[in-house]
Amino acid sequence: MESVTTPFITELQKTPLNAVHRRLGAKMVNFGGWDMPVEYPASGGLVAEHKAVRTGVGVFDVSHMGDIRIRGGGGTGSALAAVQHISMNDASKLSIGQAHYSAMLYPEGTFVDDVIVHRLGEDDYLLVINAGTREKDVSWVRENTKGIDCLVEDLSDAYTQLAIQGPRALELLQKLTDADLGIIKNYWFTHGTVSGLKSTLIARTGYTGEDGFEIYVPSDARTSEMVWNKVLEAGRGFGILPCGLGARNTLRLEAKMALYGHEISDKINVWEAGLDRYCKMEKGDFIGREALLRAKAAGQTRALVGLEMVDRGIARDEYCCSNESGEVIGVVTSGSPSPTLSKNIALAYVPPAMTALGTPIYVQIRAQKSKAQVVRTPFYKRAKKAAAPEAAAKV
Amino acid sequence: MAYPANYRYTKEHEWVDLKGDLAAIGITDYAQHELGDVVFVELPKVGSKIEAGKTFGTVESVKAVSDIYAPASGEVVEANEVLHNTPEKINTDPHGAGWLIKVRLANPSEVSGLMDTAAYEAYIASQSKEASA
Repeated sequence: MESVTTPFITELQKTPLNAVHRRLGAKMVNFGGWDMPVEYPASGGLVAEHKAVRTGVGVFDVSHMGDIRIRGGGGTGSALAAVQHISMNDASKLSIGQAHYSAMLYPEGTFVDDVIVHRLGEDDYLLVINAGTREKDVSWVRENTKGIDCLVEDLSDAYTQLAIQGPRALELLQKLTDADLGIIKNYWFTHGTVSGLKSTLIARTGYTGEDGFEIYVPSDARTSEMVWNKVLEAGRGFGILPCGLGARNTLRLEAKMALYGHEISDKINVWEAGLDRYCKMEKGDFIGREALLRAKAAGQTRALVGLEMVDRGIARDEYCCSNESGEVIGVVTSGSPSPTLSKNIALAYVPPAMTALGTPIYVQIRAQKSKAQVVRTPFYKRAKKAAAPEAAAKV
Repeated sequence: MAYPANYRYTKEHEWVDLKGDLAAIGITDYAQHELGDVVFVELPKVGSKIEAGKTFGTVESVKAVSDIYAPASGEVVEANEVLHNTPEKINTDPHGAGWLIKVRLANPSEVSGLMDTAAYEAYIASQSKEASA
């Protein structure tokens, strides 16, 4: 047996909870230069973690994510002008305490990264960015806001970020905070005391397709570990599990949330990725807009679709797709067994003419062409609770 | 989990249980641990030939795909079809019910070149040390 993942020798970055993960017996992997837990076999492993999030609650260390704060330098609305310039969603629509999904684009209309933009104050924004693109993103933001009177701070190392996700997440976190979590709408946030830590940012966001919260606490090891343990302790009655990047990936895939380097990259534009509803062309100029206008006029050559395997076999990232006559027509961007659906699912780029539901697509799995078909996405959508108001749609 | 004393092992973590010229082949407890919950197995057809050092099948977990290498050359006489519906047997009983194929070896003495149990245990101990270093 030989794993397809290649061993890595260079010095990896570590989150403040690295030692905690190792003590829990986590299997660690190199994720974008970070030494991260992929699963915790001792408490059940990937599938158990996935199911805990769908049916109860799970906690993820997502401190590898980066954070960029953009504040006005004195002039009114200068941070807003910066955010508007570098990201495709319309930040002028955000209220204080509200967040939205957006992306930073290259002038070509392709992706620098996807981001969650939080409006912290009058002219004060926090962009949460991906781990593997941190340095690139920070310099991109600095470079492209130079002429604008605003302050750009890299706060990536200031926070330990925990994602508490699942239908029981609210009940769990409510035990640790004085903030009224029930009134926070999806993609809104508040500040409250969590485990004695004052003014903690608590956002109703996540990357699992489930209800949940992300909290941002000081990044020293002692505080990080204290909060992590409090969350696990408070979740004991709800069947909480510590969850790794493996479950994070299967959860986000079922919910059809994009992963940088897979569904989105510097080679893929907004229309192809199907993220139109987060791209506000009418808001005025922003980096990438012109190219997107041209791309729209030229017409799309590929589109992202959901696939479900019909034949035996698991479609994996980068496997080739072909049509019935055997011509290569596309590629799988993410593929995995779906623990919730007990089916093998995938996302793939195919020609727009092949996106109709039921269209047969053949995935090259080693020596075999295995049949799949286009299915509706997201693969999984949680049942909406009447009590929890849903704000903007999630990806 | 104990490694059966009468088996032989490869560096790629396959085991061989040789009886006469008939070899049962599987992956070791160490291998299934590394892989996680097995959800899919692809095995060669009965009658096909496998060649020492070449891949003959794959075992997949949710997260990873692993190629399985032939510890010796020969003809497949049986594949463990039970694994198609219950691949988790590879996790629960890797050295027994989770066997992959049975092979009529062309040259059974090939197997004596593989690690014995003590050598394999020392080998995986050194691997784990490397991983945690």
